[in-house]
Amino acid sequence: MTNAEIRADTRADIPAEDPADTDRAADQSGLRPSVASRLNAHGLTLAYDDRVISSDLDVVVPDRSFTVIVGANGCGKSTLLRALSRMIKPTAGAAYLDGKAITSLPSKEVARRLGLLPQSPIAPDGITVADLVARGRYPHQRLLRQWSRDDERIVTEALEATGTRELADRFVDELSGGQRQRVWVAMALAQQTDILLLDEPITFLDIAYQIDVLDLCADLHEQQGYTLVAVLHDLNHACRYATHLIAMKAGAIIAQGPPADIVTAGLVEEVFGLPCEVIDDPQSNTPLIVPIHRRNRADRHGSVTPIDTSTSKINTPKINTQMKDAE
Amino acid sequence: MTSIDTRDRADGGRTQDSVVGGVLRGRVFRSRHDAISVRWQPRTLIVCGGIGVAVVIIAALSLTTGDYPVSLGGVINSLVGRGSGAESFIVITLRLPRLVAALLIGAALGMSGSVFQSLSRNPLGSPDIVGFTSGAASAAVLEILVFHGGQFAIAVAAIIGGLITAMLVYLLSLRRGRIAGYRLILVGIGIGAMLASVTSYLLTRASLYDALNAQVWLIGSLNAVGWNVVTPLAVTLIILTPITVYVGRALSWMELGDDAAKGLGVPVERTRLVLIITGTALAAAATAAAGPIGFVALASPQLCRRLIRTSGPLITPAAVMGAFLLSASDFGAQRVIPSTALPVGVMTGVIGGGYLCWLLAHELRAGRS
Repeated sequence: MTNAEIRADTRADIPAEDPADTDRAADQSGLRPSVASRLNAHGLTLAYDDRVISSDLDVVVPDRSFTVIVGANGCGKSTLLRALSRMIKPTAGAAYLDGKAITSLPSKEVARRLGLLPQSPIAPDGITVADLVARGRYPHQRLLRQWSRDDERIVTEALEATGTRELADRFVDELSGGQRQRVWVAMALAQQTDILLLDEPITFLDIAYQIDVLDLCADLHEQQGYTLVAVLHDLNHACRYATHLIAMKAGAIIAQGPPADIVTAGLVEEVFGLPCEVIDDPQSNTPLIVPIHRRNRADRHGSVTPIDTSTSKINTPKINTQMKDAE
Repeated sequence: MTSIDTRDRADGGRTQDSVVGGVLRGRVFRSRHDAISVRWQPRTLIVCGGIGVAVVIIAALSLTTGDYPVSLGGVINSLVGRGSGAESFIVITLRLPRLVAALLIGAALGMSGSVFQSLSRNPLGSPDIVGFTSGAASAAVLEILVFHGGQFAIAVAAIIGGLITAMLVYLLSLRRGRIAGYRLILVGIGIGAMLASVTSYLLTRASLYDALNAQVWLIGSLNAVGWNVVTPLAVTLIILTPITVYVGRALSWMELGDDAAKGLGVPVERTRLVLIITGTALAAAATAAAGPIGFVALASPQLCRRLIRTSGPLITPAAVMGAFLLSASDFGAQRVIPSTALPVGVMTGVIGGGYLCWLLAHELRAGRS
């Protein structure tokens, strides 16, 4: 059996919980502005204690899209993802899953429809890969339904879909970062949801592992029809893999849509404060952000050609004020 | 994969190795239509059975030996109500309550330790380290020295003291509505130290006689335990054990981190609240019955973890292990130096202190401290 067949098999086993499931093929690309959406939010105001992160956000995650949320550090992108996955309760507004406020649904019920891979999950000491992936079956288990044949089959398939079957009896602590992240994705797959939320899934990985994990996500999205929502730091990765991009700044959504439609030098400058040029990625034909070289920057600061300590001392405060002005 | 599946369906209603490609440990029983499936670890059963046998041996030794040896037949006759007057008195009134108390207190401490170590994700997060037992002890000493209460009043004071301390430690270790393992332990150690000084202060103010009484209680002793202590303890355990074991199942998932557990649909806050209450009540009830007996709560879950070699909390095995450790320690305390009735707290302190040193060294080497 080829990998593709196994994946198709997995897909067929996931029950369609939404009657609108059949109509969704038309919206598969997620390109239309008024797309069908099982996961969305209206008028979200999010706060930690008294510190308001975002107010009055409207977000639509198109069905079967690979949605990526981008923005500078501390712009509230993880907070938004946490609200979409009911990890935090909004102070106003609500996130909706299949038309119902997500916080009003029973916890296990949500967990059967929406999976979450948090930013830094903890692998308990001495846990094996198979054991960890098996934990993903929790929302499908009961006191006297602890390990059904379905559980076993789905876990095996999750291991195969993520290429971790061979690692099944290894301890999670002895895996490489990339392998470990694949195992966590496998656990989320074992949860058997159509929607999967990933909070910075590649942040601490080497570049090869980053691509490896993102390729895996893209496979899940394209071949198995998962709706993925991920928070990513790297804008170029986001542009290459996302079908739908949400750009945030200071808690507000600046733009959302397919990367090719919304990513411009102006947007990057606005969201990240980075002067850049946007060119075509020669590999994927998606937007590729190339920061302007310091030599070519029009508003070049601190042009201390003769490196002289006295000059740089005078220049330093000046640079700071200029930077502040630029922002 | 598909072929395994078909074979399983054809068989139905049987026990088999719980395999995912032959690697997921454990055995599973499944009913014919897959409506019921129960998974268990043979190793857990073997270890629990082994400790159980050891407990029976310790029990037989405790009941037969002593200043007045009773034969095994005599013990059994006494237990079923057909023993001679003197033998019955010694077995039923003197030795049995002490043994049962040791088993129950050990089990309560083991469960409590297992719950708190799992909640704090740290082997040091047991109730005797994070100050809950200190709180119970301070309240009990206050009751003994200031209010001159009887055994029942001391027990109530210990339980209330333990619960208040637990709430205080819990509230102080909250950050952004979440509890962090190391924070809980550090706050707990701090509160515990403060309470220990309160206890010392109370002792300095007391008369010599009262202070001695309180000191004996503080070491933790089963010397004066009778049925009047065992009965309320047994009732407490009958109520708390099923709740702790049932709710504690979720701890396997909570060890993945709060977000991951919540994402899987585990009711994290509710589970944690229930377990903090039952875990504290178990430790406090044990302390109320025999004083603050150290290290059983700390060591039992860790010894089980090393014997069973699996991840996840081991509440039931820790209970069996705790019962064994305390009954064996008490037997040792009574018989090793027959002339003096050594308080069991001294025994567990000696064994546990060594264990704690090893644990700290191990944790340091692992770079986690």
